[in-house]
Parts: sequence; C-alpha cells; structure tokens
Amino acid sequence: MASEKVKTFTDATFTDDVKSGVVLVDFWATWCAPCRRIAPIVDQLAEEFNGRLTVAKVDIDENPMTPSRFMVRGIPTLLLFKDGDLKETVVGLETKDRLTQIITKHL
Amino acid sequence: MSTDRQVIIIGSGPAGLTAALYAARANLKPLVIEGIEAGGQLMLTTMVENYPGFRGGIMGPDLMQEMRLQAEHFGADIIQGDVSSVDVSVRPFRINVDKTQYTADSLIIATGASAKWLDLGVDKKLSGRGVSTCATCDGFFFKGLPVAVVGGGDTAMEEAIYLSKLATQVTVIHRRDSLRASKVMQDKAFNTPNITFLWNREVVDIKDLDQGKVTALVLRDTKTGEKSELAVDGVFIGIGHTPNTALFKGQLAMHDNGYLKTHDGSRTSVRGVFAAGDVQDHIYRQAVTAAGSGCMAAIDAERFLSGTLHESSHELVNPTTA
Repeated sequence: MASEKVKTFTDATFTDDVKSGVVLVDFWATWCAPCRRIAPIVDQLAEEFNGRLTVAKVDIDENPMTPSRFMVRGIPTLLLFKDGDLKETVVGLETKDRLTQIITKHL
Repeated sequence: MSTDRQVIIIGSGPAGLTAALYAARANLKPLVIEGIEAGGQLMLTTMVENYPGFRGGIMGPDLMQEMRLQAEHFGADIIQGDVSSVDVSVRPFRINVDKTQYTADSLIIATGASAKWLDLGVDKKLSGRGVSTCATCDGFFFKGLPVAVVGGGDTAMEEAIYLSKLATQVTVIHRRDSLRASKVMQDKAFNTPNITFLWNREVVDIKDLDQGKVTALVLRDTKTGEKSELAVDGVFIGIGHTPNTALFKGQLAMHDNGYLKTHDGSRTSVRGVFAAGDVQDHIYRQAVTAAGSGCMAAIDAERFLSGTLHESSHELVNPTTA
C-alpha cells in the first residue's frame, strides 16, 4: 500500500513543488513493471526520512512536460532536488541502502 | 544457533518461484528473497507464446504474478529485499539482506541473469537518456522518433517489433550477416515495414555525452572497418545477458563466463547449495527450462535435508576450473 507521506506532483505545479528543501521525485507510469518494484522502496524512504525529505511521484502519462524538461527518457527515474536545483539522477532500479546514501549526502 | 529456515531461495523468476512451490508443497516453509529485479526477466517482456499451457499466450508479468500466488498459496514466504552478501563456508548458511541476517540449512540460488551492456562506458552514462535495455519500459519516450536496436537474437527482435509500433523507424544493428533469433521472430521482424537491418556493423560510440542525450550512433563495418553514423534518438541494447553471480565469487565453482557450475541435477560445488534457472544455464535460458530446473533444485534440497541425497560419484573433479 502506498505511503500517505508520498505526494503527487504535476506539470502545472512542479517548479513550485521542488522549490525548497530536499525533494525526491519518482517518475513512473502504470504500465512500467520496474516502476512497481521501486514503488515500495520509495514509500519506505518517505516513512524513514519523515519530515526531512519530501517524496513525490510524477505519472509521466499525465504529465509529459516535466520528464521532457529534465530529459527523462527511461523509467523508473528518480530525481533529487535541493532548493530547486537538480542534484542527483538515478536511472533504473537501485537498492534502498544505496538510495539512502544518496539522499543523506544532501540533507 | 537455531536456523531460521530449512531452505532459502534467492530470486523470484520462474526458477525461484517453481522451487518455492515445490519446497512449500514438501512442507519446508521456504523463504524467498525476491531481489531488486523481482519476477525476473519476464517482468520486462510482453506476450509469452512458448510457455506450455497457455494456448493464446500470456503476458510475462501476468505469468509471474500467477507463479507467485501459486507459491504463496502453498505457504511460501516471499519478502522484498536484495541480498547483499552470502556466506556458504559456514553452516547454517548466512544470507544478509541489508542489515538483516537469515540462516538456512539449504540454499537455492535462482538469481538469474541481467541484460548486458555494450561495454563502451558511454552507454551506461546515457542510460535513461536514450540508451535502454528495456523496450517495454522506455519505448514510450520514442513515439514518432527513429531508434536503433543492437543485437540479432530473440531479445533484440522482440524489442524491434515492440518499438516498430511507436518509433518512426527501427534500425537493427547486428555484427553478423544473419540473425540467431528463432525463425518465428525473424519472420515477424522481416515482415514489419519500418524495421530495417544494418548487417556486419558494430556500435563503437554513442553520441552525444555533452548534450546528455542520444543523437547518433557511430558504427564500424566489421568487414571493411569503415565507420559511419546513424542518427537516432534512442538505442535499445539486446545483446544477451550476464549471470548474477557476483555474490558467490570465490565461494562456488563457476564457468569462465561466470555461470554457476552444477552437476547431478542442481548441485553446486558446496553441499546443500543448489542452483536453478539462468544463473546456471547459458544454453537454453527459457522460462520453461528455468521452471523445470527450479523444481529439480527443490527436490534436491528436500532430499539433502532428509539425508537421502546421496553423494555423487563425480563431485567437480577438475581442480583447475572448480
């Protein structure tokens, strides 16, 4: 079950959504099998970094502009922003330990 | 110390889940550690037309879902997580998943194989920027654009056929002058109007790292050495797989190509450790052969645990390769 701490971002509000703090965005689609594998890890990260990290998802079918703007051409892709700047790009599957290390660097 | 499980299965493709089904039905209460690529390679395919029992074909992810539910129905425990290290030099065997350690009296390795990259360096750097090993995942981004597929086997043909419905033009690049794909797949590919073939060519570079996206491939003619460029927005790599055996280096005997060595069914070089599926099979690599070998591994593990698995007459005798 998806964590309630995971937000949903859209094309319309994306710039504002990542403007402050450390934000992890998971680009996904309903038809993407590997995305379903990383989803529970993203949920766990949202729970564990509760408050220190904003975690959000972008459905690329409904929001084509944002993936195109950040040149996302494969999913799952995770982007990490700090105060609006793109800091990290993680393409494909990654373990929770590795993602935790990447996030912690920017907190 | 008490052992957590009689049998732990690493991997959740057809081999791992069939082993889980048989072990569960033998009342061994198996634990399956599914791994980051849960469900295995079939999760990335579309229609599977050669798995017996499904006359009209079945979608790869649906087949895996059925196998999973069937194993769980008989009592297999399946947990998320990726094994970080394994120690088979002690008994019970130790299996570490992040910070949690599990112990097991027997172990079934079904970690499978993962897609191979081109080994150019640049291909991994442009992964998710136009280079992909999964057409069904990333084809979406290339609607109305030209793409290339590298390889001449079934995987490459399946990718090309899938992409032909999205991309304007699919160019298959193969280093030989004939395909090694099955006849059915070859015919499908040859009969698709927007799939074309460039024979005897290999990819030597992918442009353009500076722009952070794929703009063109640099190709070399394998006969003349002549170089050429092909403008594409995406390139899909279907050149085969490498076995996921890094966890077992120095612990279990492997072939030169990294696949686990098995003998007398599913036995590895360590007693009580069994292997099934693509991790030990570089020849057949089919869903049905993986499932079959998963069944063998579960039966072997059951016999090992009950003390009725007899010592084989030829335990890996060659010291130079073992």
